[in-house]
Formats: sequence, structure tokens, C-alpha cells
Amino acid sequence: MPKVTWILADGREISAQVAVGHNLMEAAVANNVPNVIGECGGCLSCATCHVYVEPDWAAKTGKPGEMENDMLEITTAERKESSRLSCQIVATEELDGIVLRVPQI
Amino acid sequence: MSEPIVIVGAGQASASCAAKLRALGYDGPLVIIGEEKAVPYQRPPLSKKYVSGELALERLFVRPLSWYQEEKIDLMLGARVASIHPETREVALGDGARLHYRDLVLTTGSRPRRLPASIGGDLAGVHTVRDLADADAIAPTLKPGAKLLVIGGGYIGLEAAAVAAQKGLGVTVIEMADRILQRVAAAPTSDFFRNLHQSHGVIIREKTGLAKLVGESGRLTGAELSDGSFLPADVAIVGIGILPNDDLAKDAGIAVDAGIWVDGQGRTSDPHVFAAGDCANFPWRGERTRLESVQNAIDQAEHVAAAIMGETKDYDPKPWFWSDQYDIKLQIAGLNRGYDSTVFRPGKRPGTQSIWYFKAGRLIAIDAMNEALAYALGKKALEAGKSADPAVVADPNSDLKAIFV
Repeated sequence: MPKVTWILADGREISAQVAVGHNLMEAAVANNVPNVIGECGGCLSCATCHVYVEPDWAAKTGKPGEMENDMLEITTAERKESSRLSCQIVATEELDGIVLRVPQI
Repeated sequence: MSEPIVIVGAGQASASCAAKLRALGYDGPLVIIGEEKAVPYQRPPLSKKYVSGELALERLFVRPLSWYQEEKIDLMLGARVASIHPETREVALGDGARLHYRDLVLTTGSRPRRLPASIGGDLAGVHTVRDLADADAIAPTLKPGAKLLVIGGGYIGLEAAAVAAQKGLGVTVIEMADRILQRVAAAPTSDFFRNLHQSHGVIIREKTGLAKLVGESGRLTGAELSDGSFLPADVAIVGIGILPNDDLAKDAGIAVDAGIWVDGQGRTSDPHVFAAGDCANFPWRGERTRLESVQNAIDQAEHVAAAIMGETKDYDPKPWFWSDQYDIKLQIAGLNRGYDSTVFRPGKRPGTQSIWYFKAGRLIAIDAMNEALAYALGKKALEAGKSADPAVVADPNSDLKAIFV
């Protein structure tokens, strides 16, 4: 199972093993990562699972899809080049070790 | 020890209320009492990915079980509240035990309207979609070649129809009103979804009511319709609306009328009893309002938590909603109640579009079909109290990012 690390705005880190096929919003919720909320359950309607992908991992996670790109227009925290909705990143073995930064909201 | 805040009902609203109470610094005892055995879970996927078998139960949980332990929330599941006693600030459980409360929050939700037994509503094979047990009962009946009758062309019925059609069932939707989605959307949105379902082989029969369901040996075999025709069916899904669970409040002498009456802070007619979510009927923009959505379950429950902690502002919801059918994501920003005109706007990609609702010249809601930018920007603009010019909206070449004023 790939390991995922969330770095919170205050510098605290939370790491967890995530089942392949689960998305990283549900993984965050299951591991009590604050400020990754996922109100709509991962169906691209709330933009409350916004994270920044650490630059080293950007190539492996890829770019946001069209609808995700549109939803990123209304994130609470500033949108950056590295912004993703974590419900749209699905855990794979290739992402083992990925680091996500959680914005302050 | 101080008396607990007790939350009755264990769904999205209860989990949100509990989380907000803790976030706002309430560190006293906190109890959630729920009739179902499952940890509070998200209901929307039941009629979508859960019933189709794509999503396991634990992936529906609003929060993991460990969270309740870490937050010292006493989760009493499989427990029924039999009555509320506001005069002594107690709830009585089904097993006779009594529990004192400091404040009580009712997040009792709603239940599907059912068909009476006199017209076959109790036949085996007739289902509603509300909780896990419903979805677990429906899932094994979704077999290729089976005949499904959906009674009611609202979101629940249409989502079930979409899942079943994709599983290879023969699906007919009957709707008593002139058009599907009549209660919740304008004609262009109904037209879009009628076409979508028909393109997947679903038969949509509008202006068609149910006379009665017919069965043999207690099991559904078909339906007699209002036009006198007979339709064979192996399974029926009834999606004809939901009713607020307000009996507990009513029996306790708390004011109810189409839901539990609350003020802007979510307080009922008893100062220590609050209500939030599907079951609550609240004042908004000069009208009594009940919203049946995840947005309202979360936001109103959080508002109640804040009110318990001393907040005095009135709840001012920012409604949003979604429905997934086939490869179409419908996203709704705002609430179209009382609209007097609509504007159609084609989307930037093929097959995408949005319907904009106006009331007295002001934008109040948007239905967006695979058109997330219109939804996203519209949601933000509506929350900020902005509007848009219908003529500019109708021009497909106008810039969405500059449309809101």
C-alpha cells in the first residue's frame, strides 16, 4: 500500500498507508487530516479537499482534468500551480511516498 | 459531571454538529444516538455508486470510527429514542433507560413517502431508497434483463433508473406530473434528462400515475397505470418524496408543521432543543423553508453547534446540490424557489449546458450539466450576492468570468 504524507499549515505531518484505488480525499478523512473535508463525497461539487502537490510529485499525479480545473476556481485558499482536488488523485503504487500540503482555511 | 449535549439521529448532520461543537471548544460530554447500526455515513452514494457495487460501506463513513473515540464522542448506535421530556431535560430510550441532557439536537432526518398497502405498497420487490438496508435490498435485484418500474421522476428515481439501465435492466419511469423533475427544475432541465434517459433505452412516461401495484403470492408482478394499461415489473423503486421525521418532537409538545419548527439559530419552541437538516423547518428570506440536501445537513448542523456555543446570527444557507446520472454530472448552485424566467446557455464543450434561473430580474440559481465552471463561478457569485444580465448569459461567447455583477 502506498504511503501518503500530509503536511499541515502548522508544519505537523500525518502519514498513512492508503489502499490502492482509494482517492486521497477519502484517505485524508479516514486518517483525520484536518482541513481536507470532502463535503460532496468526492464528486467534484464542493472543492473542500483542496491540496498542494509537492513539486517532486507533480509529474506522477498529472494535471487536473477539465471539470476539476473548473472547480479549482472556487477553492477557499489561494489556487497555485500545484493545486489539486485530492478526491481526484487515486492512490497507486507509483504514488508511494507522495507528499501533499494542506492549505490553511 | 456536567450533563451532555445529546444529538438524536446519526447521519451527516449529527457528525457535522458534533465536529463543530468540538472545533468551537466544547469539551463537555457529547452523545450521538442513532437507530441504525452503522457509523454515520453519506447517503447520496446509496442511489449511485453504492447500490451499483462500486463503493464499499466503510468508504461512505462521514468520519472513521476512531475519530469519535479521539474526540470523546459517545456513539450509541442501534439505539432508539422513544420519547423526549423537555420539562426534565431527558430522553427515554427504547430499552427504558433515561438520559439527561444539557441541550438536545434533533437531526432525525426524513423518511421516504411510501405507497399504501391497499395499492400494493407492501409487496415484496417494492423498494424505497433512503438507508443502507434499502440499498442492500435493491442491489441484488439489479440483474440484466429484469424489469424495473420507477415510480416518480425526481432525482432519486432518475438516479436509480440510470444505475439500472447501465446494468442492463429494462427500465420504465412513470411520473404523474407533466414532466420529470417538475417540482425541482425548469422545463429545459427536464428535457435534457428525458433525452438522456431515452438515449439509454429508458422509457419515460409523464402524466402517468399509478393505479396500483399487482402481485402474486405477495411478490410484485406489475403495475396498473392511470391510463388503464398494465406494465409487467419484477422490481419497483418508489421515489415520490420524503417526509421529515418530526414525530418525536411533536409528541414532546414541540412545535412542528411540515418539519420541526426552528428559528434562525435552529432553536425549536423549547429553548434547550434544537433541530437541523432534513427534519428542520426554518425561516429564510421571508418564507418557511425545508432543504433536503447534504449542504443543508452540514451547514445547518454547524450553525446549531455555533448557536449552542452562543452565536446569535441567523442561518443563511448557500444551497448547492448535485446528481450523477450516466456520464452527466448535474450541479446546482442556489435555490430556484419562485423563479419567473430561465435562460439557456450552451457549454464550452459539446453536450454541456447550463440553465440560469431569475426572479424579478435577479439570478437565484443555476443548473449546470457537465459545465462545472458555470456552477463553480455561479456558486461563488450567488454566495456573494451577485447577479447577472440575462442577455449576457444567453450569449455563448460572453466570458463566464466576467458575467457576474
